[in-house]
Amino acid sequence: MARALAFAWPYAKFCIVGGLFGRTFADWCASVSSVDGESMSPTLDGHQAERMLVEKRCLYTYDFTRGDVVVLRSPRSHREVLVKRLIALPGDWIQVPENQEIRQIPQGHCWVEGDNAANSSDSRSYGPVPLGLMQGRVTHVVWPPQRIRRVDRNMPEGRIMSQ
Amino acid sequence: MSGFFRRLAGIPWRSIAGDAFSRALLVAQAYCAVHVVDQHLCSLAFVRGPSMLPAINLAGDVLAVDRVSARLGRVENGDVVLMISPEDPRKVVAKRVLGMEGDSVTYLVDPGNSDASKTVVVPQGHVWVQGDNIYASKDSRQFGAVPYGLITGKIFCRVSSVIFFAS
Repeated sequence: MARALAFAWPYAKFCIVGGLFGRTFADWCASVSSVDGESMSPTLDGHQAERMLVEKRCLYTYDFTRGDVVVLRSPRSHREVLVKRLIALPGDWIQVPENQEIRQIPQGHCWVEGDNAANSSDSRSYGPVPLGLMQGRVTHVVWPPQRIRRVDRNMPEGRIMSQ
Repeated sequence: MSGFFRRLAGIPWRSIAGDAFSRALLVAQAYCAVHVVDQHLCSLAFVRGPSMLPAINLAGDVLAVDRVSARLGRVENGDVVLMISPEDPRKVVAKRVLGMEGDSVTYLVDPGNSDASKTVVVPQGHVWVQGDNIYASKDSRQFGAVPYGLITGKIFCRVSSVIFFAS
């Protein structure tokens, strides 16, 4: 018994240390996540088992730019993680055509929308979301190999008036 | 001059580099272990301010934070939690949970000046947080129910009083 443990210990230690390194790297630098659902097509397509690179350095100072594709915890269910595009930052005035209204984003919040407007439940249903829910920014698609590309930031026209 | 270079060649560079690398690896492993435990298991937090009097001191208390129960969704009414402030994501605040999703919460709108109260139903996926000191606390009465995802840990023990008691 003791011999079996002594034999297995270096492998177990390697796995534990590798796990710690990996977890720390995923928390501080970047991680790879899979896409689920269609709310971001055609930018990100869940049906093709795409994997995206999520960078975490934006979380050090919560420094986001309008048009970034971000990963966030859902305000409706904390276990769910969503991918949306960040349209407006705190203080901006955003025009919501569906409700024919113009809203100001409160301090510490942002407005997120899916690129596939017809098939996305986003800030148009649940309002501005706190920036504290952000979990990272998507910079690249890394799998499958034929779909490797950068995910650019782009903004829908004429929706916001920034301060 | 050539004696200097001969001495330079005689230094065991390989073994020094090997030693330096293994020590750096040890430091990196220690840092990663501390980071994982601090972010995902259990942590210490220094909390100060008037909003949680008398539970937490004005001058500050060191509190033990349980990160596992918050992530597993095991936060209930009455728990003191650490959460990211909905008004500034760079700030972490401590408040008490008074309502989970679906609960109906009645609160005093302006406790110092009037007796008016309001009742709200906490929306899905949100919690209602209030400071124990309702006269000096900025909480859900001002910024509304907050999404559960902002909660980073549940406070279960005050460490500073244990230290003072033991000394």
